[in-house]
Amino acid sequence: MAVIEIKNVAKRFGEYQALHDINLTIADQEFMVLLGASGCGKSTLLRIICGLETATEGEIWIGGKRVDHLAPKDRGISMVFQNYAVFPHLTVFENIGFGLRMQKMSNDDVKRRVERTAGLMHIEQLLTRYSGELSGGQRQRVAVARALAMEPDVILMDEPLSNLDALLRMEMRAELKGVLAESNTTAIYVTHDQVEAMSMADRISVMHEGKIVQAASPIEVYRNPAAEFVAGFIGNPPMNFLEATPQGGGKFSVAGHSFDGPSAANSNLQFAIRPEDMTLAENGFPAVAKVVEPLGAHLLVTCELDGKLFRAILDSEMQVKPGETLKLAPVKDRIRWFDPETTLAVA
Amino acid sequence: MNPRLLPYVLILPVTLFLCLFFLYPFVLVAQQAFSNGSGFTMSNFRDVTEHWKFPISLKNTFLLALAVVPIQLALSLLMATMVTKMKKGRDLILYVWTIPLGISDLAAGIIWLAIFEQSGFLNSMMGGLGLIDSPTNFLSYTSPVMVFVAIMLAEIWRATAIMLVILVAGIGLIPKEYYEAGEVFGATPWQRFLKITLPMLRPSLQTALVLRVILAFEVFAVVQALGGTLFPVLMGETYAYQFELLNGGAAAAIALIILAISITFTLIIMRALRVPKGATI
Ligand SMILES: Nc1ncnc2c1ncn2[C@@H]1O[C@H](COP(=O)(O)OP(=O)(O)OP(=O)(O)O)[C@@H](O)[C@H]1O
Ligand SMILES: [Mg+2]
Repeated sequence: MAVIEIKNVAKRFGEYQALHDINLTIADQEFMVLLGASGCGKSTLLRIICGLETATEGEIWIGGKRVDHLAPKDRGISMVFQNYAVFPHLTVFENIGFGLRMQKMSNDDVKRRVERTAGLMHIEQLLTRYSGELSGGQRQRVAVARALAMEPDVILMDEPLSNLDALLRMEMRAELKGVLAESNTTAIYVTHDQVEAMSMADRISVMHEGKIVQAASPIEVYRNPAAEFVAGFIGNPPMNFLEATPQGGGKFSVAGHSFDGPSAANSNLQFAIRPEDMTLAENGFPAVAKVVEPLGAHLLVTCELDGKLFRAILDSEMQVKPGETLKLAPVKDRIRWFDPETTLAVA
Repeated sequence: MNPRLLPYVLILPVTLFLCLFFLYPFVLVAQQAFSNGSGFTMSNFRDVTEHWKFPISLKNTFLLALAVVPIQLALSLLMATMVTKMKKGRDLILYVWTIPLGISDLAAGIIWLAIFEQSGFLNSMMGGLGLIDSPTNFLSYTSPVMVFVAIMLAEIWRATAIMLVILVAGIGLIPKEYYEAGEVFGATPWQRFLKITLPMLRPSLQTALVLRVILAFEVFAVVQALGGTLFPVLMGETYAYQFELLNGGAAAAIALIILAISITFTLIIMRALRVPKGATI
């Protein structure tokens, strides 16, 4: 149980600046997901929090205590590594009990703890095996069990599910979330998989080029992206963008149609809308369908609109042929606006 | 070609080569050891083992192996860990440390003889510093400990690098994440060495120890150069039987005894350091 505060953390590797002035507070028992594309600095931030890397600037506080000068073991954290790092020369039992042994815990206590955590992760029957005799999913469970066995205040996970197949990943996602909620730990979970992030997180921190662009609940990140990057990164397919020119009086012209925009703005803006927030309507934008992809539950249509590609998700019953012109209208209260200068959202 | 047969076909030339130049001479040696011209006999073995020098040379060989190998193991582990931690100059240091590997064992013995003999470097250095009045003969029958120490030093100097290179390669294969996991779960650097490096290094330790121990039982030229007859070892006895006493049967018998010892120790080392099934990286 601990609050984590990241204050003005920056990290440089020689000339290269991997993290810029990161500020983030993670509440006690919160499940925080760090989401971002490959190379944006997620692992670096996680490693700074756990003490495997030192920040060039800034402070890390865990549970009201400044920890940047402490060794990883003294920070009350434990970690699940991306490649599991389950020791091959130890049995599953000894792997789970590794940290406890390092604390010189008595044999009986180690046994009790290991058996309980193994039970939580459903790997009681594997305790005598070596990691070479485990499947990827089982190894993953061992790595989580080893972290949980420490009964840490904070558990850090670096893409723990990325090596599993899609089905197993979905299964583990739910299970992991359940186990962590039970254990009352604060969790930081790194992933580049937005579905994983949306489904597990209490809050998502979207990272981009070493900065945190938005930290908010999954639904907030999805509905009200704070920046163009978030709008273009979250959602599959992501938001559509169209040029908007001011007409005065808070009105904006978008592809020949007029919409109510942010009243304070009188420069060019980006009009953004999610593909599923488009409906067919007589007074809609004329869009020429280019590619039609039936996805089962719905129909994904990629059209050309205002000289740009534009995606719409329509009812799967719809019959749309490539070349056909559709009349697409946005759901009014789902329209978002971004300033192309700052790339930030404007309301 | 049947792909299952292909590997066998490919190793056939090497196998034939080995049979011709190793197995065949080996059979000849065995024949020589177990025969006296007319038929099967153990008399060669009886003769060599009952000779008064045999227990001494056996004891000396073991003593030397026991004194040298653990020191070399510790030293090479220490050096390998240090080299692995280096960021710059690591290759240079490795080259320097492996120079003795490129020197023949007789030459190594002679180098150390030049240090320890009566007119050697050590004497002239100590004389120059005023530590001794007149040069002493370190390598004489009156100072057997000194002879032993000189041989030990020469052996350590000469053959530690072979273990070092094997261990450096082995340590390089251990993924960094295991050490990070060790650190996060509270292992001190010493514990990480004991609980992660050593066990994960088992295959390399196996190779290094087997190689080194076999070499230790075959020790000859260094001992010959530094100790001469003062420190008889098994291989020296083989040489003496073959070329001084012209008794090929006895020489073959000792050679087989050395082989048996080497095989025994190889098996012991392999067994002691074996990696359990499923426990590989
Ligand atoms: N030890 C290092 N030395 C130099 N540069 C580094 C080092 N570690 C990371 N970087 C750089 O910092 C940036 C961020 O790396 P990081 O590993 O944090 O990315 P990530 O967001 O975890 O990516 P991924 O999703 O691929 O794991 C990368 O551009 C990387 O090249
Ligand atoms: Mg990463």
